[in-house]
Amino acid sequence: MNSQTPALEVKGLSVEFPTRKGVLTALSDVSLTVERGEILGVVGESGAGKSMTGMAVLGLLEPPGRIAAGEIRIGGQRTDNLSDAEMETVRGRMVGAIFQDPLTSLNPLFSVGQQLTETIRLHSDRNRAEARAHAIGLLKQVGIPGADERIDHYPHQFSGGMRQRVVIALALAGNPQLIIADEPTTALDVSIQAQITTLLRTLCREHGAGVMLVTHDMGVIAETADRVAVMYAGRVIEVGLVEEVLNKPKHPYTRGLMGSIPALGARVERLTQIDGAMPRLNAIPPGCAFNPRCSEAGARCREVRPALVANARGSVACLVHDGGVA
Amino acid sequence: MRSPDNALEVDQLTRVFDVSAPWLNRVIDRKPKRYLRAVQDVTFTVRKGKCLALVGESGCGKSTVARLVTGLYAPSEGAILFAPAQKGANSGKPMEAQMIFQDPHASLNPRWRVGDIIAEPIREFGLRDGNEAIAARVAELLRTVGLSPDDAGRYPHEFSGGQRQRISIARALASEPEFLVCDEPTSALDVSVQAQILNLMRKLQDELGLTYLFISHNLAVVRHMADRIAVMYLGRIVEEAETEALFADPQHPYTQLLLQTIPDVASPNRNRELMGGEPPSPLDPPKGCAFHPRCPLAAERCRTSAPEVRARQGGGTVACHLAP
Ligand SMILES: Nc1ncnc2c1ncn2[C@@H]1O[C@H](COP(=O)(O)OP(=O)(O)OP(=O)(O)O)[C@@H](O)[C@H]1O
Ligand SMILES: Nc1ncnc2c1ncn2[C@@H]1O[C@H](COP(=O)(O)OP(=O)(O)OP(=O)(O)O)[C@@H](O)[C@H]1O
Ligand code: SF4
Ligand code: SF4
Ligand SMILES: [Mg+2]
Ligand SMILES: [Mg+2]
Repeated sequence: MNSQTPALEVKGLSVEFPTRKGVLTALSDVSLTVERGEILGVVGESGAGKSMTGMAVLGLLEPPGRIAAGEIRIGGQRTDNLSDAEMETVRGRMVGAIFQDPLTSLNPLFSVGQQLTETIRLHSDRNRAEARAHAIGLLKQVGIPGADERIDHYPHQFSGGMRQRVVIALALAGNPQLIIADEPTTALDVSIQAQITTLLRTLCREHGAGVMLVTHDMGVIAETADRVAVMYAGRVIEVGLVEEVLNKPKHPYTRGLMGSIPALGARVERLTQIDGAMPRLNAIPPGCAFNPRCSEAGARCREVRPALVANARGSVACLVHDGGVA
Repeated sequence: MRSPDNALEVDQLTRVFDVSAPWLNRVIDRKPKRYLRAVQDVTFTVRKGKCLALVGESGCGKSTVARLVTGLYAPSEGAILFAPAQKGANSGKPMEAQMIFQDPHASLNPRWRVGDIIAEPIREFGLRDGNEAIAARVAELLRTVGLSPDDAGRYPHEFSGGQRQRISIARALASEPEFLVCDEPTSALDVSVQAQILNLMRKLQDELGLTYLFISHNLAVVRHMADRIAVMYLGRIVEEAETEALFADPQHPYTQLLLQTIPDVASPNRNRELMGGEPPSPLDPPKGCAFHPRCPLAAERCRTSAPEVRARQGGGTVACHLAP
């Protein structure tokens, strides 16, 4: 893998779920790139398709979900057309996954130490004692106090936030080139959150790993990511440098998203919320998927589907920036 | 109860877990039994119709308190007292707290359809008569949490993480509880849905007089929701006060540090100072004041004697030798 090839390249990815009532399109024409040594933040409302994008990259779509179009390259190697067995090798060798739900990645019947040392030994020629020492080191890095004793505990004996950190340690155990981190810090307090995001940034800088960081927490994005992609109803609607997207959001949805963050200042009676709900997959309106909730929508928005158009500072999919809404 | 205005009184609550290695390993390695004090001498009250928030770093014992209060764990010591319920079939008996779990995955039965998951407490408590009324109530609850009535026919795995979290909120609301324990109820939610849910919870509080015990690591959310805040450190409450008083005048050194580390989207800090020193292990808690290894003010006696919980200047309680 040469240093120029991105850690991850996704082009025109579409994911479908055939159902009794017809085909649901969960992801539509999603394109994104994670350079080596870069952290790409992925944000968007609940159900926007963030986890689905991660799962598709990992080759872990739940049947009957399937990739209907597009290409995925991990470290330059095309992976969307691999068999399950080949994909498992790629995942094992190159990718570390931190899932949104920590319990799904941990086996309740084995101690945390057994699970960590197994992964470490799979990826290196360390013997049992060396693997155990490495595992304790990883637990310390993710901030588990008393790691040398905790290593022998079972998942249910940890607190929610500790379990989440054990999963992070597990994902890092194989020294991956690409890390898919799905809400890695949601259950964590700021101090430990900072420790984890610092750890992710260090891995990027020192090992050249690329990180796709899925989170709804703008604070984490602001402090961790280099670039950010905003998703809505299964599509990427804005991509750009973090400072640009957070401070000068171009897409009306991104602007609404920024307004609903509870500020630390005085308590307001109601938080701003973007009225309405994101459409369900079976009811995505024609034209721009955001048009029923958009205060800037015009007649054209109900007919033309905006494409992601590159500008000097990033890309945005909104007709205001692409020929007007009227 | 000490006061008829209280919904919940918790007195000197302690919970110890046995985390010893299996018997055989212990004998072979000559290891002693090991105990973990997750919660220690915790005392607080929650007034009717109010919201008390528990905050503190990961592993300090918040979920354990929640599980003790809802009866999922038995206390090792101490007492938990609920006021009599005022409505429903249970009227007169102690209130029953419903819980929204930190980990929705663990609380939703994967083999049940979402509609049945939400309908279960409605059936169990006999809150609606007939399948039609129950289905209508389920549809209403789904809409309340921003999902669609059609979702009743789907299984939990067909939903995104945040959607599952909302299903567990709908389920908790279904039993029309008077007391709700919320363990990180919105941490898996994006800001827009989070705002919807928090607004909804405030509305229910105003309209139905719901009482909350609210756990969140997000201090901005806590400030928005809570009337009072209890700060926990290594299993103990170190400071408790009215929300605005605590933000305006944090008196425990740990609270002061906690308030300093809040991230701010407006001025991100990429080189955030971590709280000095490592969090201690509850398996080997420091002697004296548990916070002393990390406390910038620690004095000699902090290393040997544990501070008592005492009245805090301006209302509430604090446990620190040097607090005013
Ligand atoms: N197995 C499935 N069958 C049908 N639809 C599914 C399935 N899994 C997910 N979906 C739908 O796909 C959409 C995208 O889900 P995804 O998990 O990617 O959301 P997300 O952006 O990660 O949201 P969150 O922030 O809540 O985790 C959602 O509307 C979800 O309901
Ligand atoms: N069933 C159990 N057996 C053994 N130890 C436990 C058990 N449940 C919790 N603990 C321990 O008790 C301590 C407090 O855990 P708790 O889950 O209450 O923390 P928390 O404050 O909710 O943290 P988080 O913010 O990470 O969810 C932790 O050290 C945890 O490992
Ligand atoms: S394309 Fe139209 S509806 Fe869509 S975001 Fe832009 S202005 Fe709003
Ligand atoms: S008792 Fe001493 S060590 Fe503990 S918080 Fe107060 S000053 Fe710090
Ligand atoms: Mg998700
Ligand atoms: Mg917890």
